[in-house]
Amino acid sequence: MSDIINLTLSALIDKIKKKELSSQEITNAYIARAEKSKDLNTYITTDFENAIEKAKKFDEKANFDYKLPGVPLAVKDLFCTNNLKTTAGSKILSNFIPSYESTVTQHLWDEGAILLGKLNCDEFAMGSSNETSFFGNVESPVGKKVVPGGSSGGSASALAAKLTPATIGTDTGGSIRQPASFTGTVGLKPTYGSCSRYGIVAFASSLDQAGPMTQDVSDAALILDVISKYDIKDSTSVNFKRGDYFKSLSSNIKGKKIGIPKEYRVDGMPKEIESLWQDGITLLKNLGAKIIDISLPHTNYALPAYYIVAPAEASSNLARYDGVKYGYRSEGENLISMYENTRSEGFGDEVKRRIMIGTYVLSSGYYDAYYLKAQKIRRLIKNDFDEAYKSVDAILTPSTPSSAFKIGDKTDDPVSMYLNDIFTVPVNLSGLPAISIPAGKDKNNYPLGLQLIGKAFEEQNLLNISYSMEKELSFKNNLQDWWIK
Amino acid sequence: MSKNKEYLIKRGNSEYEVIIGLEVHAQVLSKSKLFSDSPTNFGAEPNTQVSLVDAAFPGMLPVINEFCIKQAVKTGIGLNAAINKKSIFDRKNYFYADLPQGYQISQYKDPIVGEGSILLDLPDGEKKVGIERLHLEQDAGKSIHDIDPQNTLVDLNRSGVALMEIVSKPDLRSPEEVNLYIKKLRSIMRYLGTCDGNMQEGSLRADVNVSIRKTGDKKLGTRCEIKNVNSIKFMQMAIEYEANRQADILEKGGSIDQETRLFDTKKNETRSMRSKEDAHDYRYFPDPDLLPLELTDDFISKIKKEIPELPDEKKKRFVDKFKLTSYEANILVSDIETSKYFEDVIKNSDIKLATNWITGELFALLNDRNLEISQSPISSKNLSSLINLIKEGTISGKIAKTVFEIMANESKDPKSIIDEKGLKQQSDPKEIEKIVDDVIKENPKNVELFKSGKDKLFGFFVGQVMKKTDGKANPKLVNDILKKKLN
Repeated sequence: MSDIINLTLSALIDKIKKKELSSQEITNAYIARAEKSKDLNTYITTDFENAIEKAKKFDEKANFDYKLPGVPLAVKDLFCTNNLKTTAGSKILSNFIPSYESTVTQHLWDEGAILLGKLNCDEFAMGSSNETSFFGNVESPVGKKVVPGGSSGGSASALAAKLTPATIGTDTGGSIRQPASFTGTVGLKPTYGSCSRYGIVAFASSLDQAGPMTQDVSDAALILDVISKYDIKDSTSVNFKRGDYFKSLSSNIKGKKIGIPKEYRVDGMPKEIESLWQDGITLLKNLGAKIIDISLPHTNYALPAYYIVAPAEASSNLARYDGVKYGYRSEGENLISMYENTRSEGFGDEVKRRIMIGTYVLSSGYYDAYYLKAQKIRRLIKNDFDEAYKSVDAILTPSTPSSAFKIGDKTDDPVSMYLNDIFTVPVNLSGLPAISIPAGKDKNNYPLGLQLIGKAFEEQNLLNISYSMEKELSFKNNLQDWWIK
Repeated sequence: MSKNKEYLIKRGNSEYEVIIGLEVHAQVLSKSKLFSDSPTNFGAEPNTQVSLVDAAFPGMLPVINEFCIKQAVKTGIGLNAAINKKSIFDRKNYFYADLPQGYQISQYKDPIVGEGSILLDLPDGEKKVGIERLHLEQDAGKSIHDIDPQNTLVDLNRSGVALMEIVSKPDLRSPEEVNLYIKKLRSIMRYLGTCDGNMQEGSLRADVNVSIRKTGDKKLGTRCEIKNVNSIKFMQMAIEYEANRQADILEKGGSIDQETRLFDTKKNETRSMRSKEDAHDYRYFPDPDLLPLELTDDFISKIKKEIPELPDEKKKRFVDKFKLTSYEANILVSDIETSKYFEDVIKNSDIKLATNWITGELFALLNDRNLEISQSPISSKNLSSLINLIKEGTISGKIAKTVFEIMANESKDPKSIIDEKGLKQQSDPKEIEKIVDDVIKENPKNVELFKSGKDKLFGFFVGQVMKKTDGKANPKLVNDILKKKLN
């Protein structure tokens, strides 16, 4: 059984196809491990009985043409799943059972995958440490009382702890890449418009994007093959020609031009991050890539612009949670007091903070100074990347300005929490694809990630570069299973 | 601009001109909603035409209904307006129980249609009323407060239905002009098939902006907005009340507060709903779920080709080609169905008679039974044959009225009615002469009196002949023969 959970997704699929493992054996192995790993608090909702049933059905009539034949997967609890509670980590949706399936998860099931359950996340994906979830903190398997990052913290933790062979998260400002970096896993945020947002609980519509969280780059390519599809139900979905990402993986990156943006050398960046980055540069050189110093001059404005645009959209997106139609309701004397009670009790502090910021920046008299200006900055940041991509194929940066921290360390200081996203938000503001791959460890043996940012719709390029680096890095988490009971 | 018959509010020595602008909300005629595929049928069971998108379930996304875009562009062309090739959908944020998303998707700074105009026919000539813009937006659901004593019930059938908000310039000057404006706008949209204009079902409602200023003043006064008035009569009453209310305030040396008011149809008055200070801050911003709407030249020119002949052109044709008076043409073109009916009738029959029968007998009948012309019990084909029977002399105009009444009740063709009831006109001079002779024989006294100068008795003889023929005798022949015999 320990063999099963140590396999990558692609290795598992290989064994299923060779009939060396059955879907039931694999499903049971992950469920058994999850049962012993409750202390990590990765799951909000499990669907184990159904999963076993589905695995049995799969084995009875196995179809090996599927890309994910009989593979059990747990997903972030931001994806609406038909008939299974979907909470977005919030009290206000703690009783919500959708009658529909998100497009992205539907693609997984259509390729033979089996849902294990729903993974913890920051409330409405607002957070960088999974500490804002109504369902409690998630612990990272990399260390006791260490945050897994956020908002896809449950996904990252479950993946690193081998409770699911792969998973999917959502990334609005770094919510896939930062937790991937914190847990020694691979996280890919595809180009905006690649994966449908239909059925994903919205945080900030112009930034939200679903993506793979996997043990290695090949697995990320495999999942991307399944979930990146044009969807008419999402008006921002883009109908571009998608690659055959997994099949086309190549580690030959000779002659690729990699940009190193000087603005990402931020003040107070720990030495270990600086040297991680330097090692990455050296590695790429050794792999035959050409290193080019570039400038992304508006980088400094990305974080403030992000913390205007994202809360603005969120303040409007979350207006529907009003106690009228579904979800949590707290009665009141009249409509207004029902709204006030419902939303005061139903939302946590971080969500309320962002709703208030968002409401403020959209208010008449402040709109031009905040929202409109932030949109202009967003354009400038995009222009920076466009300019850079005239001379480079991809950009290498650290994924985060620091490694994972302890639970509770930053909860009283939202700004220092927000600073976690400093390297990831420019990517969302520009709609570009980016991947975080594990590249080293800090003095506490916590993982550190490097981020590769690509051109829009050129995920293949990004995957190939990280694939070639991954081979040389041979990163290992070497977790001690300390949480197992 | 019309200077005659001005509508003015008089107070002491002052005269006030009334300035009116309308924001009309017209429901787009479309099978499905603006951003979802739910049906839009009126009068369905509550909450049976609601999709997950309309009810704003988590993760649901709006997808624009191309047909509604076409309808808006069509309407814009019908209003002689500029079509904006790029427009943007914004979110208008506010909380209400019947607004599931917590925002209405609307168009704020960049509407789909820009400036245009509508031509009104006033007694003293035409008046051009400016259109400021037309934009698309979602309708809200309906809150029902009077079914359950404890709770407000919400019906989301209407939630997400496409509306066109058509904003006029402040060019209207009287309740009558408002009447003509709404009717003309409604007529154009019905011609285009973009809105059914049914005010009872709420397909057409308006916010009315009213201000007054002393005659001769150039500067506009402070306006009040009267929300959501759903009949022309109420609009006119609301304007009348509001203009007088404002005049009273100004005459006392007061000033008008800019505010939103409601028209109370029971008390026939407007009352304050909220002041400018209490106005909602709607926090408009571009809807990030929708990309800017970009129309190609090809898309627009295809729609242009689908535009039918509109009331103004049709009226001109009716006057030029059929020699109708401007008044008659106006009546016949104001409703597209009426104009179609008219043109069907005159395909094979006399234009003058058709005009008179349609605007006279037929309109009276429809009015009486409260029917649309499309529901007329008398088909255009049957009316046409009735007119031809008159023209040929088969029946008299009088008999025709009897036949018309029977047609109205039995929906049969006039020929078979005439045959069944033996109503065919007696036009044989010999037969009529016989009857005339009988009448003269039977009434020697009256003949004498007539001959001695009582001319009025001529009608008596005609009546007697008609009585004997059950009114079927050809009146012209009766007249001629009587005259010959009596003189």
